[in-house]
Amino acid sequence: MSMTLIEKILARAAGRAHTRPGDFVVCGVDMTVLLDLQFSQDRLDDVVRVNDPDRVAIVMDHAVPAPSVREAAAGTAARAFAKRHGVSRFFDVGAHGIVHQVLAERGLVRPGQVVACTDSHTCAGGALNAAARGLGPAEIIQILCTGSVWYQVPPTIKYELHGTKSPAVDGKDIFLHIAGRYGDATNHAIEFGGPALADVPMNQRRTVATQGAEVSADFTIFPADDRCVAYVEAHAPGADISPVLPDPDAHYESVRRVDLSEVEPTVGLPGTVINNCVPVGGLRDISVDQCFIGSCANGQLEDIETAAKVLSGRRVAEGVRLIVTPASQQVYLEASKRGYLATLVEAGAVVTNSTCGACFGYHMGVVGPGEVCLTASTRNFKGRMGSPEAQIYMASPATVAASASTGRICDPRELMGEVRA
Amino acid sequence: MTAAVSDLRRCGRAWVFGDEVNTDEMFPGFAMKMSIAEAARHMFNATRPGWPDLVQPGDLVVGGRNFGMGSSRPVPLLFKELGVGGIVAEEFNSLFLRNCVNYGLPALAVAGIREKVAEGQNLCMDLPNASVENTTTGEKLYGGAFPEFILEIIAGGGVLAKLENDGLLQKASSEG
Repeated sequence: MSMTLIEKILARAAGRAHTRPGDFVVCGVDMTVLLDLQFSQDRLDDVVRVNDPDRVAIVMDHAVPAPSVREAAAGTAARAFAKRHGVSRFFDVGAHGIVHQVLAERGLVRPGQVVACTDSHTCAGGALNAAARGLGPAEIIQILCTGSVWYQVPPTIKYELHGTKSPAVDGKDIFLHIAGRYGDATNHAIEFGGPALADVPMNQRRTVATQGAEVSADFTIFPADDRCVAYVEAHAPGADISPVLPDPDAHYESVRRVDLSEVEPTVGLPGTVINNCVPVGGLRDISVDQCFIGSCANGQLEDIETAAKVLSGRRVAEGVRLIVTPASQQVYLEASKRGYLATLVEAGAVVTNSTCGACFGYHMGVVGPGEVCLTASTRNFKGRMGSPEAQIYMASPATVAASASTGRICDPRELMGEVRA
Repeated sequence: MTAAVSDLRRCGRAWVFGDEVNTDEMFPGFAMKMSIAEAARHMFNATRPGWPDLVQPGDLVVGGRNFGMGSSRPVPLLFKELGVGGIVAEEFNSLFLRNCVNYGLPALAVAGIREKVAEGQNLCMDLPNASVENTTTGEKLYGGAFPEFILEIIAGGGVLAKLENDGLLQKASSEG
């Protein structure tokens, strides 16, 4: 029986020959991840025994270094938990980063695996061919204790990528284009494929997979093609890799053809990306107060490189704040060595420590009432980044960097020498 | 079916919300710095300010499509804190629905419900039968039934209670 990616991965994890949409399955979980904030909110102290500490990681990301005593106490509890339960994969402040970046760069999410974490953007691991998704804090405690999780296998929507995309078009633009045109995928899995997928680099796939949560998808998965396997081999040398590809005659609820040559730099309008995105050329005279490049979606090395290239020799416009948050210590270090951070600071940007920070309006760049923010991060809900009276637009790192320099939302091709007014 | 499961029936006055109500509306980011009791006072601060003062214990929430899109934050704890008896929606985001199950808040997806309910009308939701009745108008609709094991989790008050009973979690010492 032919299966889509998610059907195949869940079948394997559940020890079954096959699954079909609607089936309930119980799967072993390969990696369960705990985050700093959980140690102040959840009952982790009450956990009697962790089922398998080798399948657990703790990543300090949402509010580090501690902005207040509450988060400081959470850090203390996290350290005690790691010690008590023998969790050796503990990424404390100094070795930290945003969880999905840390998992990818440390080779802790791999093809065919089942990955669970409370952060809703855990679907990022789908770029690495994993059945990764966010689950609630109580359920994560259950998985910690039992090592397994139940899923109802969702029907799959497939996006087939064709055509050649402009170099100015990023994974962010592909995602916003799809979200704007096709809307939500509630209670569905999204799978990517098609001949042009081979041309989409891993960092861009990771942006797309991360944002699957914004269209409410259960899972957002890419096949383990050559690019994916090469990435995993580079980050998890010597690891056993079991790449999963969909069966050629798998049944999809819907197959949607996306011609990448038609994708323009795109902007998500405030509130939601669902049926709410426009090509950047459709927006005129929208002045910005804050620009942000960061998060699990867009704090990758390539995102910071793009921002540095756009801003090299330019200045952030008067009255605009540009905040750049590398997604991990490793990204921060490499961006620093390559001179990207110096370029950004020279341009007038603020480069922050690696943390979830401004993306969820908690610290490091919260926006005020009446402000307009253009963000290359995960989510543009009302109130997401601070005041509910702020407007949050979403775009690629290139569009955000270009807009920071002009002071209004603009097409990055205006600055990158590629026509267009 | 256990007695606890057959008891999963909630009746109350309806509060009606729209499509794509997201978790950040229900549980604002700044409230993540607070206790659950305190955070509950800030539900819907951006989109329906003052609602926590209006809702009464036993009331039910009616939502539209894609209810609960967004993050994993434990929104059902805030609804429970305010005494909300359950949620009926056209459709749920799966992470949100799992959270309802795992925190023991009755929730049921029923297509077509929203146009059958006006705010303030009385509803009865019946999880084992996957039905919801507008007792003000007498109309009754059916949704998709949960399998028994999920009903058991809800009836038991959520997954943490089950873990306690199984000896995997110490009895609550630090909830909040």
